[in-house]
Amino acid sequence: MKILVCISHVPDTTSKINFINGDSEFDTNGVQFVINPNDEFGLTRAIWFQEQQGATVTVVNVGGPETEPTLRKALAIGANEAIRVNANPTDGFFVAKQLAEVIKNGGYDVIIAGKESLDYNGGMVPGMIAGILGYNFLNSCTSLTVDGTNVKAVREIDGGKETVATTLPLIIGGQKGLVEEKDLRIPNMRGIMTARTKALTILEPVAAPIETKAVKFEKPAPKSAVKLISPDNLDELINLLHNEAKVI
Amino acid sequence: MSILIYAEYAEGKFKKVAFELASYAKKVAESLGTTVTAVTVNAGDVSELSKYGVDKVLKVNNDKLSGFTAKAYADVIKQAAQKENIKLILLSSTTDSIYLSSLVAVALEAGYASNVVGLPVSTSPFQVKRNAFSNKAFNITEIDTDVKVLGLAKNSYGIVETASTLTEEDFNPTIGDNDFGVKVESVEKVSGKVSIADADIVVSAGRGLKGPENWGMIEELASVLGAATACSKPVSDLGWRPHGEHVGQTGKPVATNLYIAIGISGAIQHIAGINSSKVKVVINSDPEAPFFKVADYGIVGDAFEIVPKLIEKFKAFKAQN
Repeated sequence: MKILVCISHVPDTTSKINFINGDSEFDTNGVQFVINPNDEFGLTRAIWFQEQQGATVTVVNVGGPETEPTLRKALAIGANEAIRVNANPTDGFFVAKQLAEVIKNGGYDVIIAGKESLDYNGGMVPGMIAGILGYNFLNSCTSLTVDGTNVKAVREIDGGKETVATTLPLIIGGQKGLVEEKDLRIPNMRGIMTARTKALTILEPVAAPIETKAVKFEKPAPKSAVKLISPDNLDELINLLHNEAKVI
Repeated sequence: MSILIYAEYAEGKFKKVAFELASYAKKVAESLGTTVTAVTVNAGDVSELSKYGVDKVLKVNNDKLSGFTAKAYADVIKQAAQKENIKLILLSSTTDSIYLSSLVAVALEAGYASNVVGLPVSTSPFQVKRNAFSNKAFNITEIDTDVKVLGLAKNSYGIVETASTLTEEDFNPTIGDNDFGVKVESVEKVSGKVSIADADIVVSAGRGLKGPENWGMIEELASVLGAATACSKPVSDLGWRPHGEHVGQTGKPVATNLYIAIGISGAIQHIAGINSSKVKVVINSDPEAPFFKVADYGIVGDAFEIVPKLIEKFKAFKAQN
């Protein structure tokens, strides 16, 4: 089984979000980048398949050289090899187009992408890859088991979950549940050392039409200060929620 | 060149987001001088859509579509768009609609913008405002393709009534067997409880409650308010509450009218997940808790004293209103 895990290189969840160049660009100054959390759950599940079922795990990212430390971290966690498509990821479709090309050429059986990245929150790349390739696709996937070419998986739905059966090749939009937080791995020294010598292949991008572009960014208006209510005057809270906020 | 919406219908009625989507579509249609067409799948009575400005409904009734199958439903929406020569397709942000949207976009070679908040900033060029960076910023996105797909963020526009005269038409798209590569075997839904996705009010609690045995008052408060219950990440990690209740950046997103946080300090990742909620009430014994910085209303005090009193106050309020 060949698994491809798509890795987004995103600002750490605690990062301050600022913009530069007339609010047209994200300010990476002082920002710590990490493996997108939804992707990390998927990567950890992929490593489980590697250890338990002899799968090989390739990680891929579409981005500039600055994303390589994130790919090396994925290698240190246990991925066998890495691919970087050397391009600025302009929009979801562009990224999906690049990944579809990698998948076509690499003949992967399972493609795991996070259901959403924590930077642009588009939530569209896994579905777009599936649309381009016509592969089976399961979004919001919280459990995945593979037996031969048969797959059992679970999808989170609003207010519950559903169990599905499908076959390889399969693309999933992964999230927490594929593994739990406690199963995530911090690379150990041996992993970090071996990651240095694992293959990291750089591919040039294929042409893709420009469908959308980020024109500008804005930050939310500053919030007015909290109205504090005395614990002895809870009627005031009810009054404010009813008459001022009009939410009850 | 009508605008197409996919109006989600489940368990005998339209989802509330369908009405929000119709309201939004109507407003956009007015600015473009066009009409709103809805496509429904195995819906019963669709007349309710006329309250929110929908002019025409394409009704698809097909036993093959009795369970949600993303690829098949995306195929339905694609064919509806092609039949009506649609250039703008709007979907909501339920788990199902998000699942569909990118498939629809690729099938129609349409540019797709998700998490859209508010009306288009401009219609020529076509620009929309979207949530980005986990609600810490907005991104103005321009869509340059002929056909466009938008995903409207939940609770970002609201429901606006506009009466219209509704035309109903049966529509029979071609559904191929290859649309069913993913087969649903079973569905588990928590019954009798409001889900976080559907709730207008969410009551959420954190480690400040000290242990799972203390959730009775949270459940009761939620039940008085008709709210869903949720929890912070540490609480779900400790196993005090099921994972499905974890809200925040790596848990479920919450975009509700009223979010009540009890004993949650307000880690940045938690705030990111709930910040699209309109009104936030924070109850915490620590006046320095970061959550107070983003709250609308705050009470500094002991949850074990305040929550039972609040339950009584809300009960009295509900009895009068």
